[in-house]
Amino acid sequence: MTFSPQLEARLSKLVQNYPPGRLKGALIPMLMYCQDEVGAVTRELTEEVASRCGVSTLEVDEVVGFYTMLRSQPMGKTHLQICTNISCMLWGGEELWNHACHKLGIGHNQVSEDGSISLEEVECIGACSWAPAIQTNYDFHHHVTVERLDQIIDGLRKKQ
Amino acid sequence: MEPLLHPEPHPAETVLLSKRFRLPNSRSIDTFLANGGFQSFRKALAMTPDQIVDELKASNLRGRGGAGFPVGMKWGFVPRTGAKPRYIVVNADESEPGTCKDRVIMQYDPHRLIEGCLIAARVIDSRRGWIYIRGEYRYLIDLMDQALEEAYAKGWLGKNIQGTGFDFDLSTHSGAGAYECGEESALLESLEGKRGNPRIKPPFPATSGAFQCPTILNNVESYAAVPDIIEMGGAAYAALGVAKAGGTKLTCLTGHVNRPGVYELTLGFPVRKMLEEVGGGIRNGRKMKAFIPGGSSCPVLTGEEAWEATMDYDAMAKLKTMLGSGGVVIIDDTTDMVKLALRIMRFYKHESCGWCIPCREGTLWLTKLLTRLDEGAANAHDIDMVGELAENMLGRTFCALGDAAALPTISIVKKFRHEFEAKIASSSVSMTGAGLVRIHS
Repeated sequence: MTFSPQLEARLSKLVQNYPPGRLKGALIPMLMYCQDEVGAVTRELTEEVASRCGVSTLEVDEVVGFYTMLRSQPMGKTHLQICTNISCMLWGGEELWNHACHKLGIGHNQVSEDGSISLEEVECIGACSWAPAIQTNYDFHHHVTVERLDQIIDGLRKKQ
Repeated sequence: MEPLLHPEPHPAETVLLSKRFRLPNSRSIDTFLANGGFQSFRKALAMTPDQIVDELKASNLRGRGGAGFPVGMKWGFVPRTGAKPRYIVVNADESEPGTCKDRVIMQYDPHRLIEGCLIAARVIDSRRGWIYIRGEYRYLIDLMDQALEEAYAKGWLGKNIQGTGFDFDLSTHSGAGAYECGEESALLESLEGKRGNPRIKPPFPATSGAFQCPTILNNVESYAAVPDIIEMGGAAYAALGVAKAGGTKLTCLTGHVNRPGVYELTLGFPVRKMLEEVGGGIRNGRKMKAFIPGGSSCPVLTGEEAWEATMDYDAMAKLKTMLGSGGVVIIDDTTDMVKLALRIMRFYKHESCGWCIPCREGTLWLTKLLTRLDEGAANAHDIDMVGELAENMLGRTFCALGDAAALPTISIVKKFRHEFEAKIASSSVSMTGAGLVRIHS
């Protein structure tokens, strides 16, 4: 597979970080960085990463099956993650979640028909003092209100 | 990037670990160096490893990730010589609900963490370390990578650091979404490229950690506290806190307070002062019904129990809870405690790694049972069954996730039983609603 030069640069640094003979250590970060470019851990990507880390494809599958953020199917162009864990719940996280489901017509881990937005009810994202919080891909948004959520979603739709 | 700090520290804060947070360009190595950065490491280079460990022991610094194990003792357990390399691992997998402090350290003073790692490396003559950062914190992985690059460029990492002959390499390592990897042995499995299942202990990481080599593994905040201890001396650091708990702790005020935020408070800080002065009181002038001292794994206190407590390990242990990670959750009297118990259990059910049956099955059954109770489709026996199931998880798992799920649940049922009973009494749903389970994978 060919990756962007930026990703290749990141990967070539990454593989130097592990002790001799323990290249498997690079597996999870490598999957994360590649998934961001490819969109999902496809079969082709599984084989590519397995060969770069010197492990079997089964060892890659084992890991992909375990970690919530690794996915074999692509999510939307923007992945909207709404935290409803306790600190966010106490500041209206569940209302945000219900509002987003209703507005987008999709549920947990589903993708909008045009592929632009996907939705996930996430566990604590470490924004508890700035609740309720959401993430769009890797960007945090703090103190989110229903109005602000509407703006964010409408903005994403316009970008399409 | 979202700002994480109030413009000024609260007057009741003790600004030590956070002393550089509000400087302009606080992230850059130039700011760091101009404000005392790496001076503690220089000092540590002139000390013997035993002297460093002794200062840490004198400081009464206890692990800031949640378990509160004395850091000096932990570092003292690690062999300093031998054929095997020795490693430094930073736990930046901050995922305990209510906790958002390591994020603040890495966003505002990443070089402080690097300095803490260098001092740890000096103690055990380590040449290699990793900062394991949760995958959701990608922007912090990028910020930490930038900070590491700066430190390499200025000769504070890599070969022959500042001409001292000391070598140390440090890099970030991304997680991929697993609360379980905040548990030290599961983190090490994950660092090695495997599923994040816990290891049986012993052996502890001190003797068999990363890649089966002796390892110091601590939370971000624990490493970040070390430079101040070396600078001011262990005794002076200890004096800031209370007996057996020295120094300051970043405390995350979350939930129903008027001024949520991350504040640096001395160990032993009174809860009343923390909530009324620092937190600005309970939101909307309500009454505090319940209080979680340090993350969702801690047994819940009632408002009455909490008001007179102090924020230290032993005081919380006396109340049969834990100081934990510093993630304080304040819960007012409008909150449905059955719903809260269910939300906590849904989290642990999602995050149970599946390795130990009591945890894997227990969190699933408890989620079903609590859903039934929340929807009013339960009977009085179900309330007791929650307690029984939770009790049967305690101490029967490799790691503490099983206990972390059981303990808050047991405390909520015990202290707020009337709310469970009231839900059953007021419900018109028949008991055949046992199938009303709303859970997703």
